[in-house]
Amino acid sequence: MSELPDGWEMVIGLEVHVELATATKLFCGCANAFGDEPNTNICPTCLGLPGSLPVPNEQAVAYAMKLGRALNCTVSPSIFARKNYFYPDMPKDFQTTQYEEPTNENGFVELPNGTSVGVERAHIEEDTGKSTHLGGGGRIHDATATLVDYNRAGVPLVEVVSRPEMHDAETARSYVAELRDLLLATGVSDARMEEGSMRVDANVSVRPVGSDELRTRCEVKNINSLRSLGRAINYEARRHVDLWTNGDAPRQETRHWDEDGGRTTSGRSKEDADDYRYFACPDLPPLVPTQATIADIDATMPALPAARRSNLADAAGIAIADTTLTVERGLDGLVLEAIAAGADAGVAMKHADQNLSDGQGMLTAEAFAALITMEGEGAVSATQVKTVLAELVANGGDPAAIAGDMGFEAMDTSELDTLLDGLIQSSPDEWARFVEGDPKVQGFFVGQIMKATQGKADGKIVNQLMRQRAQG
Amino acid sequence: MNTATELAAHVRSGDQSASVALAEALGSIADSDHDINAFLHLTRDRAEQQALAIDQAVAAGTDPGPLAGVPIAIKDNMCTRGEPTTCSSKILEGWRPPYDATVISRLEAAGAIIVGKTNLDEFAMGSSTENSAFGATRNPHDLSRVPGGSSGGSAAAVAAGYVPLSLGSDTGGSIRQPAALCGVVGVKPTYGAVSRYGLIAFASSLDQIGPFATNVTDAALCYDVIAGHDPLDATSIPIEQASTLATLGDGVAGMRIGIIDELCGEGIDADVIARTHEAADALRAAGATVETVSIPATIYGLAAYYLIAPAEASSNLARFDGVRYGQRVDGVNVAAMNVATRSAGFGDEVKRRIMLGTYALSSGYYDAYYGKAQKVRSLISDEFATAYKSFDLLLSPTSPSTAFKIGAKSDPMALYMCDVCTIPSNLAGHPALSVPFGAGDDGLPIGVQVLAPMLDEAKMFRAAKVLEDAAGGQS
Repeated sequence: MSELPDGWEMVIGLEVHVELATATKLFCGCANAFGDEPNTNICPTCLGLPGSLPVPNEQAVAYAMKLGRALNCTVSPSIFARKNYFYPDMPKDFQTTQYEEPTNENGFVELPNGTSVGVERAHIEEDTGKSTHLGGGGRIHDATATLVDYNRAGVPLVEVVSRPEMHDAETARSYVAELRDLLLATGVSDARMEEGSMRVDANVSVRPVGSDELRTRCEVKNINSLRSLGRAINYEARRHVDLWTNGDAPRQETRHWDEDGGRTTSGRSKEDADDYRYFACPDLPPLVPTQATIADIDATMPALPAARRSNLADAAGIAIADTTLTVERGLDGLVLEAIAAGADAGVAMKHADQNLSDGQGMLTAEAFAALITMEGEGAVSATQVKTVLAELVANGGDPAAIAGDMGFEAMDTSELDTLLDGLIQSSPDEWARFVEGDPKVQGFFVGQIMKATQGKADGKIVNQLMRQRAQG
Repeated sequence: MNTATELAAHVRSGDQSASVALAEALGSIADSDHDINAFLHLTRDRAEQQALAIDQAVAAGTDPGPLAGVPIAIKDNMCTRGEPTTCSSKILEGWRPPYDATVISRLEAAGAIIVGKTNLDEFAMGSSTENSAFGATRNPHDLSRVPGGSSGGSAAAVAAGYVPLSLGSDTGGSIRQPAALCGVVGVKPTYGAVSRYGLIAFASSLDQIGPFATNVTDAALCYDVIAGHDPLDATSIPIEQASTLATLGDGVAGMRIGIIDELCGEGIDADVIARTHEAADALRAAGATVETVSIPATIYGLAAYYLIAPAEASSNLARFDGVRYGQRVDGVNVAAMNVATRSAGFGDEVKRRIMLGTYALSSGYYDAYYGKAQKVRSLISDEFATAYKSFDLLLSPTSPSTAFKIGAKSDPMALYMCDVCTIPSNLAGHPALSVPFGAGDDGLPIGVQVLAPMLDEAKMFRAAKVLEDAAGGQS
């Protein structure tokens, strides 16, 4: 759904920084915590004091490898490298990251629409501290003073780098949403964009449709939500098209997404690109996963969204795209079990999508299946099913008993017949219109009967009876 | 002066007070260190408290450990909690680390008394201890001469008799070369045998801490205390070595020892080569077979070292930016402050190596310089491995010459050549030591170098003991 003028196509690659949900930092024992008093979770190592040394956090490495497997990556022996540049919130004035030999390479993320996006690499690195620039424009160049909080310095990150093979903002959003679901499913991160534990930078360029060239790209930063991601990409791509169309060209640079202004603004130019002088970090031995490590990661891997969607689609006999909401809500297990227990797949899916937006609560698959069966047999009305379902979610229990307690005895058909007879007599004009095929009056009859039965009647059965009468 | 071994025995038995021994050491430093300038800072309060604690422990019947009451000097690039730690650089002037290096904790746990911090070439970059922001150190054997470097202060402190032990760090020879020039024993352990936690890095893949001592036994005693796995250093080897002291007297009978041909020729003074051959004879006399061995790649060691070490240093020294600690020179913005601080804080040799290393790692030059140097490094390791299939130990000179005059080597290249014999061991990560063996034509001390395979410190010390005994017999 490109918002570009005809003849133009976006090329989008995403770099997503994910904070790992470890108890401690990547290379020291300080707490990995968000929101604490500034400079309280620090030690010689994460402050980069002279003489301090890093020791890798095994949990962080295990999480990174787990994420790699979840991204369908090859998990290989890897080497920490130093990325050298000066910045006051980076205590050692180099960032320990991975360069030529990252932990995870060559994976993909399968999207709910069945397509997939390639993942070039997912490497481990340390986070920086956080700067607050005082005075001037709030940027470092014209600040009168800068305050630095090093609590975040050394927090473990995985940077997931996609291939530049997304061509519209919606796909980019879908990719990030899917990545977030993967992170939550594997438990390696709490993936909160607003808190910065998942940070998305978008590399955007455009090209004429049909071309496979890669034109000058800009890296858009400061994207704090899925909504901003879509807006930022569309804005930036449109800006590129306008430049090219006017015979101009974008500069390769980092741009800052301005959420309030709805635009990107120029940041640091990459023309005089920093030379980061990467080299293998001599303080850290290579990370060498054994076959046993990988086997263990795979064995403890929970079912991932793509596989869950596919399972559900198979079991329910529906398209994968129609399973997205159910899987996102984590209701696929419930639906699968209910189907296995004999519930109608379509009805189970309908309830999952329409009536269980807050999750399954205390509802068991057994009760869910039983309720669906009762509904199918006409033992409860559609309206009553919703009420019973809500009660099951809130407090659990047996659906038949709940229906009984609520007085939801199914109406005897003969009782409905009698009521219908009375109505036909008291409203002959309306009935005549119904018989002639005016569907608008159908609701009148159903409503009257519901009123008379205090909602106990099953609307579907009333409809059936009316059709039988009209035909008979 | 007592040896460390003797002093510790006397203190442990209660025959001698640690506090008195400390007072004697501090007294001798006060008497003559204004001439030698071995110490930058004395840790007097900390030392006196430690000595008192040792004496009280002995009085209470507790054993304070194998280094009980032994005063020890520490090169000023190892962190000591609450005490100045400068690396002989203005950029760290006034900084006091909030933590102790692992070696410091180990020494104190063994009963040693940290008496002070010694002078060095700034950030351990140099071979003469002339490149110190706080003045040169002089050789106790001849005050007009250098003590070698970069651990010149620690070598001089032992040679002058201030303390029986000291610690240095050796990146390309910075323990062994000053040991040779000062006539003391100096040990560079296997890379990873001694924790680097708290050692302010020069070149992380090459740096190792090791002891200086007046004799081999004391050196082995100290090595046994500081060696061992440290979970705070990811490059620390996770094994426990057997005591080297226990086997020190086992001799070299039956050992096969190779003299490295490439390190006994051009560029090495004749008297140094002569002493090395006499050392070989002494080893033969003690029952070893000694033959010449060729390790051709060693001649490329110097070139490889002067790419790898500066490259790592350029990254390691980036953190001295004026933001968090040490000196700060203000500027109009952060970047200007960084530049002003580093321009004022670093000396010329440090700046030279930062520039060399930055260049060697630069995009477009990496493969030709840093990449190629790493290949040479692998080649040297391979050739050593081959040699150690035929030999238990190797032998070479430690320094190409005896101590030279202060100011005599103003050309950086001439100074770099001082480490030609010692650098190969750092590149390979192998242990090596220098033991005094006779004197040069000028009457100044000469040291010979014993090289060993990874973690074979025990054999290395055995050979050194044989050489020490033979040299003692000569004089």
